[in-house]
Amino acid sequence: MAAWTDISGIRQKIADSSAEEVTASYIDIIGKSKINGFTTLWDEAINVARDIDANSHDGPLAGVPIAIKENISTKGISTTCSSKILQGYVPPYDAHVIERLKEAGAVILGKTNMDEFAMGTSTESSYYGPTLNPWDPSRVPGGSSGGSAAVVAAGEAPVSLGSDTGGSVRCPAAFCGTVGLKPTYGCISRYGLISYANSLEQIGPLATNVADIAAIMEVVAGHDPRDSTSINKENTYIDALAEGVEGMRIGVPEEYLSHGIDEKVEKLVWDSIHTFEDLGASYENVSLPHTRYALAAYYIIAMSEASSNLARFDGTRYGFCAEGDNWHLMASKTRAEGFGAEVKRRILLGTYALSAGYQDKYYLKALKVRTLVKQDFERALANVDVLMGPTMPTPAFRIGEKIGDPLSLYMSDVNTVPINLAGVPSISVPCGFADNMPVGLQITGTHFDEKTIMKAAYNFEQNTEHHKKRPPEVA
Amino acid sequence: MVYDNPDDVKIGLEVHVQLNKLKTKLFCGCSTDYHNSDPNSHVCPVCLGLPGSLPVINERAVEFAIKIGLALNCSIVEQTQFHRKNYYYPDLPKGFQTTQYDYPIAGNGKIVIEGEDGERVIRITRAHMEEDPGRLQHIGNIERSKGTLINYNRSGMALIEIVSEPDMRSPKEARRYLDKLRSILDYLDVFNGDLEGAMRVDANVSVFNGQRVEVKNISSFKGAERALLYEIMRQKNHIRRGGTITMETRHFDEARGVTLSMRTKEEEHDYRYFPEPDLVPLRVADRVPEVIKTLPELPDAKKERFMKEYNIADMHARALTIEIKVANFYEEVVSKVDPKVAAVWVADILKGELNYRDLTIDAFRVEDIVDVMELVIANSITEQSGVEIIRTVLDHGGKPQDIINKKGLLKVEDNIVAKAVEEAIAQNPEAVADYRAGKEKSLNFIVGKVMQKTKGRADAREARERLIEKLKE
Repeated sequence: MAAWTDISGIRQKIADSSAEEVTASYIDIIGKSKINGFTTLWDEAINVARDIDANSHDGPLAGVPIAIKENISTKGISTTCSSKILQGYVPPYDAHVIERLKEAGAVILGKTNMDEFAMGTSTESSYYGPTLNPWDPSRVPGGSSGGSAAVVAAGEAPVSLGSDTGGSVRCPAAFCGTVGLKPTYGCISRYGLISYANSLEQIGPLATNVADIAAIMEVVAGHDPRDSTSINKENTYIDALAEGVEGMRIGVPEEYLSHGIDEKVEKLVWDSIHTFEDLGASYENVSLPHTRYALAAYYIIAMSEASSNLARFDGTRYGFCAEGDNWHLMASKTRAEGFGAEVKRRILLGTYALSAGYQDKYYLKALKVRTLVKQDFERALANVDVLMGPTMPTPAFRIGEKIGDPLSLYMSDVNTVPINLAGVPSISVPCGFADNMPVGLQITGTHFDEKTIMKAAYNFEQNTEHHKKRPPEVA
Repeated sequence: MVYDNPDDVKIGLEVHVQLNKLKTKLFCGCSTDYHNSDPNSHVCPVCLGLPGSLPVINERAVEFAIKIGLALNCSIVEQTQFHRKNYYYPDLPKGFQTTQYDYPIAGNGKIVIEGEDGERVIRITRAHMEEDPGRLQHIGNIERSKGTLINYNRSGMALIEIVSEPDMRSPKEARRYLDKLRSILDYLDVFNGDLEGAMRVDANVSVFNGQRVEVKNISSFKGAERALLYEIMRQKNHIRRGGTITMETRHFDEARGVTLSMRTKEEEHDYRYFPEPDLVPLRVADRVPEVIKTLPELPDAKKERFMKEYNIADMHARALTIEIKVANFYEEVVSKVDPKVAAVWVADILKGELNYRDLTIDAFRVEDIVDVMELVIANSITEQSGVEIIRTVLDHGGKPQDIINKKGLLKVEDNIVAKAVEEAIAQNPEAVADYRAGKEKSLNFIVGKVMQKTKGRADAREARERLIEKLKE
């Protein structure tokens, strides 16, 4: 069984053999994994595949195996956000996206590793230990959806779901050489996604190619009455891919190619833009002047929301529970022992930013910056169709390299977080290699115009070879 | 006479009203009908605050809130928003309460109460929507409890918190305010006040323009009056002994009738309010015209109408309109009998008997009170018998006619009395002659004969008058 198979290849295999055989082959590959991408395998997966065969399920994803990030609720499968505090928690309900995937016939293989509560850029803060980058096991896979990207890159799952609060799908997609989409805020229901920063995050798919991203989107996107922030928009994505990019206007934000960017990465981005020129598109330099404030605003908003979202983990109802002589002691000890250092840091900072006397200075000011950042995008995208730049300023760094220096780790999110502040859609596609590590091109569009960025990504992919290269050891 | 408020008492009330007439909770589809159910049987991922669950606003709750705001003469905000109030407590499954902060759905209202010195306007600061937490149940008493159980059935129930200005000057005025509020809410049919925890009161009190003290954990209107009486006395005594009142939160111990300090201002929570990201701001202004159409006639308007339409006294009209059920009962009655007589019978007599027995108007049938009044008006029974029939119905049940027959309450008919009078005159010529000769006492003898003949069922005074008339001939 060849890894790196796309959905159409899998469907062909199912037609030739069976969904059960396909699922079994993935379980076999995962069994030999050395990257620690999966946290839990679902013991029902093979039975689900059997049922698909038995019922000749004709859903759009019938028999297609998929990996799910640890923070998306799956009925009957442990969902822990890779945190000690949620050890033992098994959700009694499925997230909206899981319901949709099951209806479409997808087979959930299991759950994937992540930074604890999605707070990180490297998947190093997981309670289950770091996930390794399939291209170089001494390097991080990116984060926070590091497991979801790494298992796809390693051929342990053809597609996966991650979540993107400030780059958590796009960063690991770039670091692992896969495609990853952060949809427009409101495009996919968040019902069942365990909140880190709920005004910023979206569930997003990861895959080896753009067409598979479109296929997953057609299943999971759309309105859900259980999420008041989800919006009812037409969600056909596959048909638009085949259209060309002639006449497409590309904006290149100067701020995304300024200080801190790796020279090789910068060159790959320009090479990519020239490829688009060859395909009939044109580019111009644009400016997103408030980018320099975006990172600070992002972290203040995310941490503030997190400080409230994570308050429910007190050991009373589910998950890890420490002993204490009274409820307050029990809850305090549970939180002291159950949360890792980065999570505690963000809860404390967020609590501070929301406190009386400081809220004006931090949280409310950050909301104002957010409005300015949003206006930057509106202005820039009024004159161009898409924005392009590097997803990450560097290729994947080494495990342990930045974990002791939170600020430098936060700095690596500089190109991804403004997009979450603005709520616009953005996709990362492989655009080459620097020092033998994959590099991602980030393509950003206007609200609910996933089609245009996916079309751009698809055309780029069809005219380049980067996405066909596989990590060593992966067949 | 003007009430001069000698201690400069200022009372403001925060009343939590549970909208238990909604079918579902504020942010999820769980049923609100949990009062006789097993613990934690009316819960779902949303009201249990399970990771990943999201709230969705109950539109009917928004309508109810608008309705309440309008009935309290509030202005309804253009666009409302929910905020998170962050604090830790085991009955709060998300670690924050979803409530409203700077965009409450309604504000700047007023209600009129019967104050110490006539009508008094109590200003309503705001009315906002929020979710109810779960309930803790301590095994044993709270101080020496071996354990605590949590029941989340109540978690996520829709509440309206109605906050008044400190416009009340005595516990009595506070009680009147609560009664009036309850009356208006009953009219709106948004809640059942008889269910446990349907209305909960926190009070803010100050004396002599001092700092205010908040008293929590008041579970009844009677309790509110007692808690306020105690707290005012405590503050006055404290000041008399040279102390000063500082801002604090106190807990009302209902069993002992005292308030106990919970926390001082320094220990107050910082709730870190911020907008709930999972609920988008909600435009409500457009809904107001539709809701206005559903507003019923409210107590004050109904009172005015009763006075005009039925020509009854202010006091009667007020008594008849406090409770919507009583008002409806009265209007059914007046379709059959004279409104003024009905006002006396319903407002004074029937309500008095019901209050004495702690019963509501549901305990009496419209047709029964109509029967009683018709018999009294027709002079078939005495007023006293009418009251006796009402008491018997309330205490033992039965229909008025059966009670009359059983107890022989019917007054003897006129012709029987007339006949007895004629016979008594004819058969006692000596006594008649004596009376005519000026012996007043002889009349008593003849009256006694009439009573004998009617077996005591004639009215003695009536018999006497008839005899006097007859003997003049």
